[in-house]
Amino acid sequence: MKASPDHLTIHEAHRLLQSKQLSSVELTKSYLERISQVEPRVRAFITLTDELALEQARKADERIASGEATPLTGIPVLIKDVICTRGVRTTCASRILENFVPIYDATVVERLKKCGAVLIGKANMDEFAMGSSTENSAFFVTHNPWDLSRVPGGSSGGSAAAVAADEVPYALGSDTGGSIRQPAGFCSVVGLKPTYGRVSRYGLVAFASSLDQIGPLTQDVTDCALVLNAIAGYDDRDSTSVPHPLPDYTQSLVGDLRGLRLGVPKEYFVEGMQAEVATAIKAAIAKLEELGAEVEWEVSLPHTPYALAVYYIIAPSEASANLARYDGVKYGFSYQADNMWESMEKTRQYGFGAEVKRRIMLGTYALSAGYYEAWYLKAQKVRTLIRWEFAQAFERFDALITPTSPTVPFKIGERVDDPLQMYLSDVCTLPINIAGVPAISIPAGFAGSLPIGMQIIGKPFSEETILKIAYAYEQATEWHKRRPNI
Amino acid sequence: MRLTREEVLHIARLARLGLTEAEVEKLREQLSNILENFEVLQQVDTTDVPPTAQAIDLQNVMRSDEVAPSLPQSQILANAPRREGEYFRVRAVLE
Repeated sequence: MKASPDHLTIHEAHRLLQSKQLSSVELTKSYLERISQVEPRVRAFITLTDELALEQARKADERIASGEATPLTGIPVLIKDVICTRGVRTTCASRILENFVPIYDATVVERLKKCGAVLIGKANMDEFAMGSSTENSAFFVTHNPWDLSRVPGGSSGGSAAAVAADEVPYALGSDTGGSIRQPAGFCSVVGLKPTYGRVSRYGLVAFASSLDQIGPLTQDVTDCALVLNAIAGYDDRDSTSVPHPLPDYTQSLVGDLRGLRLGVPKEYFVEGMQAEVATAIKAAIAKLEELGAEVEWEVSLPHTPYALAVYYIIAPSEASANLARYDGVKYGFSYQADNMWESMEKTRQYGFGAEVKRRIMLGTYALSAGYYEAWYLKAQKVRTLIRWEFAQAFERFDALITPTSPTVPFKIGERVDDPLQMYLSDVCTLPINIAGVPAISIPAGFAGSLPIGMQIIGKPFSEETILKIAYAYEQATEWHKRRPNI
Repeated sequence: MRLTREEVLHIARLARLGLTEAEVEKLREQLSNILENFEVLQQVDTTDVPPTAQAIDLQNVMRSDEVAPSLPQSQILANAPRREGEYFRVRAVLE
């Protein structure tokens, strides 16, 4: 029996469980041990559900013994704390939901439970998923396992850091403007934002409803496909989920890129991009070419520079509406003042952190009488132009390749006082949410000891294609095998 | 594009968001800077371009109106900060 999980992937752990070399209880205990060792330095967990995990592990062992295991049975998972888990506190890293215990499971959690997954905890994040560094958590900052003085990215920073630090084999995150891919890039793990509508969002606490998606953070592309198989598909409780046929995503893991046409949009190599990042991504694209793909190096998506403004008007506008529900009446923190309006205003004043307030204010402004047309409606129209531009590009290309982020992970504290500087770290990822298309970030190099991620963007519902490209690159390189020294 | 203190207070009131004096000033400064940066959008020609509310081609998703089990009242009320019997308790709306 193995004393330490030692970076087992899902598919490796599954093999050990199936062949009875390891039980789920042993596997779970070894992760709990690893968590107790590294968690004081990484701080990825808001809630550790150790007792629940061991109970689920015992049930998983029975299921494995009966020969009815799925690829996820008996394997621990960490859930971002913006996804509802019945009976397990779900805080969104906010004071306003500090003691909130959901009365139902999100559809993705329900599906993982049906697969026999072992829920080991809830991950730290930027409050209400608003941020790019996990520094906006109301509780504590998560540290990047590759360099503890740096951020893990965000908002799914706890999910990415925990996977990188081997506290858990995989995690779920949510991605509204890059919140899965950017931390995946910063922590050298695989992170997928599926097509809008591919994965049910029932039970995902709403931030920006036209942009939010749930997706996996894993150690390799095979695991990504396995988790997507489990969570994707139509759900009648989410009216934005799409009833398209669901493929077996592991069928895409074939490693042959011949016949695929890839485009490299030049606007993503933005001014201010770190030289090592551009160099690493260009080398990675050359590798894809070597693997048989046809690459056009100078594609133009001219509206890309407007994506940042479009995103930071639309997302806060939707957030300001979605967060109106936190009024201190139905659930969550409640300040009791003398009258109703003051109770509500004080509840929100003390319950929300600085970035959440900033976005509620920005969104309320953009939607307010006299400004709606100039800001919100204008942003929605430019959003159309960005969508059209992607649609045109996808007439010529099967996928587009870019860096995930313009820089390597930055220092904790470096950008907290400059919101615009912080927003710029999403500049390569947020156009993808605006267009609603799928994209994956995979490890593609290092600057010194700091990770660099490559983003592969696909047509709507072409997760199979981007997984295929990601898998071929991964099999031809060694980046995903490097481990942080923690 | 510089916001005034009054504008910040007006937006905060629309959002029912209490702010300290220091927050009002900081938000005035930060929101002004952000909006100034976003004025680039006005350069884009959007004549005859329809707005996008969401990115996929789903419209008017309907379901049949069938009675199905819903969550029990006791659970719905379980997280209520203040309740009275089977109700959420709130401060008086009309005084």
